[in-house]
Amino acid sequence: MECVFGLVGNGFAIVAADTSAVHSILVHKSNEDKIMVLDSHKLVAASGESGDRVQFTEYIQKNVALYQFRNGIPLTTAAAANFTRGELATALRKNPYFVNILLAGYDKETGPSLYYIDYIATLHKVDKGAFGYGSYFCLSLMDRHYHSGMTVDEAIELVDKCIMEIRSRLVVAPPNFVIKIVDKDGAREYAWRESVKDTAVPAA
Amino acid sequence: MSIFEYNGSALVAMVGKNCFAIASDRRLGVQLQTIATDFQRISKIHDRLFLGLSGLATDAQTLYQKLVFRHKLYLLREERDMKPETFASLVSALLYEKRFGPFFCQPVIAGLGDDDKPFICTMDSIGAKELAKDFVVAGTASESLYGACESMFKENMEPEELFETVSQALLSSVDRDCLSGWGGHVYVVTPTEVKERILKGRMD
Repeated sequence: MECVFGLVGNGFAIVAADTSAVHSILVHKSNEDKIMVLDSHKLVAASGESGDRVQFTEYIQKNVALYQFRNGIPLTTAAAANFTRGELATALRKNPYFVNILLAGYDKETGPSLYYIDYIATLHKVDKGAFGYGSYFCLSLMDRHYHSGMTVDEAIELVDKCIMEIRSRLVVAPPNFVIKIVDKDGAREYAWRESVKDTAVPAA
Repeated sequence: MSIFEYNGSALVAMVGKNCFAIASDRRLGVQLQTIATDFQRISKIHDRLFLGLSGLATDAQTLYQKLVFRHKLYLLREERDMKPETFASLVSALLYEKRFGPFFCQPVIAGLGDDDKPFICTMDSIGAKELAKDFVVAGTASESLYGACESMFKENMEPEELFETVSQALLSSVDRDCLSGWGGHVYVVTPTEVKERILKGRMD
């Protein structure tokens, strides 16, 4: 039921993920941020087994930071993607991580890029990608409306179209989504799309 | 569904007159869903040796990385490129090492040996080599490929005719297989040059 999707535009890459943390029939919370800021110019949108998701992405984040400390320069998006794939591949035949990842990044030399890494460590550089049941709706919508070199506004319009489609057509549709963007100015949160808000907790 | 059919693939290699052709489809899928239509299944080991890996994409990527590593080590020690026959034995040994937990791949190896004599071979996922004088096939479309190649193959074809034959055999076979297709990638290798061409077939 977890939906993660993303696309590459003109000088930026955008990823969106649903924000519900679900255990069986219970929704624990509906504002769980599944898109981690890996470093200044990289985003990791992860879906799958919740424990694996958090543990694995944090592990990748810390190792990417370690590389930067040791070597004084950050990893490129391609290198980070290949490192992630390597970790998933090594663990695959011992103790696999059930996490699907869309890794979006911006490099000064090569521009924006998006990498599709599924839980069995298949790596592929894509212009648009999606995971989960939502992918059955998002991928075809993106095939229809995507073109290379989209502006941020056009991309957000497409992302919103995908979110509307998921909300209206998926039986146990997640109500809320978070959208994050990465471009030359860095990786940051762009917007939330909430149709169900948690009630505010009064201050103690 | 078999693990070999998880991603979908089609590979063929054919022998011509002092040349060979190796061709693959371009689809990367996850069972019924198509993820990408520009997936590279054939990799260059050196100018006169090409390797195609069909089957599970993650294992194909891991195996490719291991083989490039072993070839680079060979280059450092021997100060020359590997002969195709030697490389085939290396692939076979690597696959049999994992006899009771194999890589779910079927490799197709094509190269120009000494005296520019073309060499092709395929093997199963545990390294049983199958040398052929005319053509070898692998992937989900292998049965169709056998039929197409058997009927279209002629001995001692020149590079241009070989390209036409391989392309027609590949496209007609993948059109009968739902898990492979979305175009083709053909490499025609002669002692003097490598010609890489992309085929446009039925995009479905």
